[in-house]
Amino acid sequence: MGATGIGAAIPRKEDHRFVTGKGRYVDDINRPGQAYAFFLRSPHAHAKINSIDTKAAESAPGVVAVYTGDDIAADKVGGLICGWLIHSKDGSPMNAGPHPALAQGKVRYVGDHVAVVIADTLAQARDAAEKIEVDYEVLPAVVDLANAQSGTQIHDVAPNNVVYDWHLGDKAAVDKAFASAKHVTKLELVNNRLVPNPMEPRAAVGEYEEGTDSLVLYTTSQNPHVARLVLSAFIGLAPEHKFRVIAPDVGGGFGSKIFIYAEETVCVWAARKIRRPVKWNCDRTEAFLCDAHGRDHVTHAELATDADGKITALRVSTKANLGAYLSTFASSVPTYLYVPLLSGQYNIPAIYGEVMALYTNTAPVDAYRGAGRPEATFVIERIVEMAARELGMDPAEFRRKNFVTQFPHQTPVIMCYDTGDYDASLKKAQEIHDTAGFPSRKAQSESQGKLRGLGYSAYIEACGIAPSAAVGSLGAGVGLWESAEVRVNPIGTVEILTGSHSHGQGHETTFAQLVSDRLGIPIDNVSIVHGDTDKVQMGMGTYGSRSGAVGMSAIFKALEKVEAKAKKVAAHVLEAAEGDIEFKDGKFTVKGTDKNADWGTIALQAYIAHKFNGQELEPGLKESAFWDPTNFTFPAGVHICELEVDPATGLTTIEKWTAVDDFGNLINPMIVEGQVHGGIAQGVGQALLEGAIYNDEGQLITASFMDYCMPRAGDVPSYSVGMTTTPCPSNPLGIKGCGEAGAIASPPAVINALTNAVGHENLQMPATPERVWKAAQGARLRMAAE
Amino acid sequence: MPTVSMNVNGRQRSADIDPRTLLVQFLRENLRLTGTHVGCDTSQCGACVVQIDGEAVKACTVLALSCDGSNVLTIEGLANGNELHPMQEAFREHHGLQCGFCTPGMIMTAVDLVRRKGNNLDEKTIREELEGNLCRCTGYHNIVKAIAAGARNMASMPQSKAAE
Repeated sequence: MGATGIGAAIPRKEDHRFVTGKGRYVDDINRPGQAYAFFLRSPHAHAKINSIDTKAAESAPGVVAVYTGDDIAADKVGGLICGWLIHSKDGSPMNAGPHPALAQGKVRYVGDHVAVVIADTLAQARDAAEKIEVDYEVLPAVVDLANAQSGTQIHDVAPNNVVYDWHLGDKAAVDKAFASAKHVTKLELVNNRLVPNPMEPRAAVGEYEEGTDSLVLYTTSQNPHVARLVLSAFIGLAPEHKFRVIAPDVGGGFGSKIFIYAEETVCVWAARKIRRPVKWNCDRTEAFLCDAHGRDHVTHAELATDADGKITALRVSTKANLGAYLSTFASSVPTYLYVPLLSGQYNIPAIYGEVMALYTNTAPVDAYRGAGRPEATFVIERIVEMAARELGMDPAEFRRKNFVTQFPHQTPVIMCYDTGDYDASLKKAQEIHDTAGFPSRKAQSESQGKLRGLGYSAYIEACGIAPSAAVGSLGAGVGLWESAEVRVNPIGTVEILTGSHSHGQGHETTFAQLVSDRLGIPIDNVSIVHGDTDKVQMGMGTYGSRSGAVGMSAIFKALEKVEAKAKKVAAHVLEAAEGDIEFKDGKFTVKGTDKNADWGTIALQAYIAHKFNGQELEPGLKESAFWDPTNFTFPAGVHICELEVDPATGLTTIEKWTAVDDFGNLINPMIVEGQVHGGIAQGVGQALLEGAIYNDEGQLITASFMDYCMPRAGDVPSYSVGMTTTPCPSNPLGIKGCGEAGAIASPPAVINALTNAVGHENLQMPATPERVWKAAQGARLRMAAE
Repeated sequence: MPTVSMNVNGRQRSADIDPRTLLVQFLRENLRLTGTHVGCDTSQCGACVVQIDGEAVKACTVLALSCDGSNVLTIEGLANGNELHPMQEAFREHHGLQCGFCTPGMIMTAVDLVRRKGNNLDEKTIREELEGNLCRCTGYHNIVKAIAAGARNMASMPQSKAAE
């Protein structure tokens, strides 16, 4: 490892612009002559639209245009799509209702898009929107999983609001295992609904270039090429060669900026209609109402164990709330990103999972940091913890007894774990955490009237998403490879064009570290280009912790091609056989001699092309590659949460957090640890603080930061982060991915610690002080009696 | 439209503005100082923190007109030329940022925190004082470290700069 190469914890290259206020986010972009869009949104969760009168709004000051669903339909603008086709148990395809960018005849959740007003200023657009008269016929609404099937039908194509009723696994084998089980543990779980809330709200600027009849969209996207593909091929706004999508600096995503939403669709469509750029910037309440939410499962799970304390089977039945419309990848989250992870780190011979996905009159639900894997981890890590307690076994020992230890390991639910050492992570976590000292810390807490608990979470996830053919066979509408292009300039500096997108992950640094390491050139001589479909030909973007494992593997592959070509040039320059050229630390050497040339010289010679025959060897030095993974990657690790509960107030304080993760090889450990920290905070938020709550009429009553409890600095502890390493065998860098692990691992660690503290299992997320206080009263009485 | 006039980052700026213009809008839209961000509508997130006459204020809660005659410092004015302010440098050094969106507000709050509480800040104080600044990326761990380090390093700044 060089000072800036693979494995170096160097500060980030991109930070200078961010700490000086010179980042360039979509809302920082203004185009000449731009108008502003304001969306009139449904105040009702479910209503028929009898009529919309826009006349008064159209004549209001500064208004350029007012459009409704009729205009979208008249222009034959396609609906928003869901790109993963799930089939139900009976083989029928999922019931996907239409998802127009502006409502047509009906609104299905509070915040649904009814009309757009475009005016010279945002204030004028907002004022004019108040003059639109909509005649709504309010319909009964269903808002949660308990009543989703109890009344009104949201989409004509989905009887009883069922999107699909899907399953995976061998039901007969599972039933048989349960019939002969020594012990069965049963658990009811709610995986609470969350709002992703990246700090930068979504934004879009649509622009029409009349001279070339082409569109430009600046958007807050994690995957601008996918946005272009959907807006072009499915929504039909313009063919791809006449459509440029730019996602510049993006202020966090966590999944919510993967999807293609109504607002950017309308902005770019309207820009062509009015022949002016159209800008929209989401306010925070709109983000709460309309960004895709996450989680929202209700689950019944059963775990069978034998007389030796070995797990023999797992049976899981889940209802998943997908909201009012199917968002871009919504259908895949509670199915193939969920049930295949239910095996956890354990050797479970038989698993059966069934999932019924339902429409409700709420915002669409889709991938949020972890996407399906936090839900799976919550199920398996809660039920394993509970089983250990019921069996009177130490929870860590029970896990250890059931760990997968032989690799590769084929689970009964699709996944083939390639490598890992789960016991190593558990052991290291216990050492760092000093779990041996827990009883004395607990006694100390109790002497002060406090309850103390310790909880484990031994998580596994599937990242590096994903082998294209494999996901295609499961219903994905796209391949999940990644692309890279390496452009070497004549003076030897390098531009890397990548289909990955950085919105906080630090690609400008980590990707440059790989290049610096591989080519032996200073990191400042490398720049990373991403987020612009006119520069990068094609890409699949950043989500599913895929940028390292898939995106960097594509760069690696392209760098290999560059090196091979450079060696051919070097052979001519150094007048040696190509096979005798060695390349190391930025220098080409003729084997066994001191004849050499540095990287810059060869780059220049490749372009000058004087030393070789340009017909036999093409001038220039530029290569590209697509990397299609052969397997998922399987980051895994152990998190330990230790907390204290005040039984008088229900206040929970996290006292100690230890995370030991196996992400394979690390490029920049500082950045990796930062990803872990952020993920844990989001998981702690889910476990203790956050919950998107709709009232019975479908009004989101947690629609601002005043009402929705985001983790603040005082709510979370400092974290102890350690690593173990088993390099991933399915990609050249041995990387597994680290972006989501913290959010996946942490919720069950918190709840396992809390239930340990209060002495019973009946505690749902978010474990607010009220819930914890109620749960702690038994323990409080016991403590008082002692 | 009324005219507003204020000193922003050492330069006298004035403009005719709609009376309802917020300070953050004036900075971002009239002056094109886009480092001050808007992350919410309810003065909760702190992405818009600037200094007005030496004190940290959420620029989304202040009318631009009410700042007439004031001295305003934004993230763009914090560095000394090409030399980063110690708090900016500490955020970079300690990986106190990821997406960068909350960062200008965090740094402006942190500088104000040092003004109010001094150069030796313990973890508890920093966490409590960050109550008005939300970050969704970092889990706060490295922000807390960065602020503690930045505060220490500010002790060796010239007095006039440290006051900012």
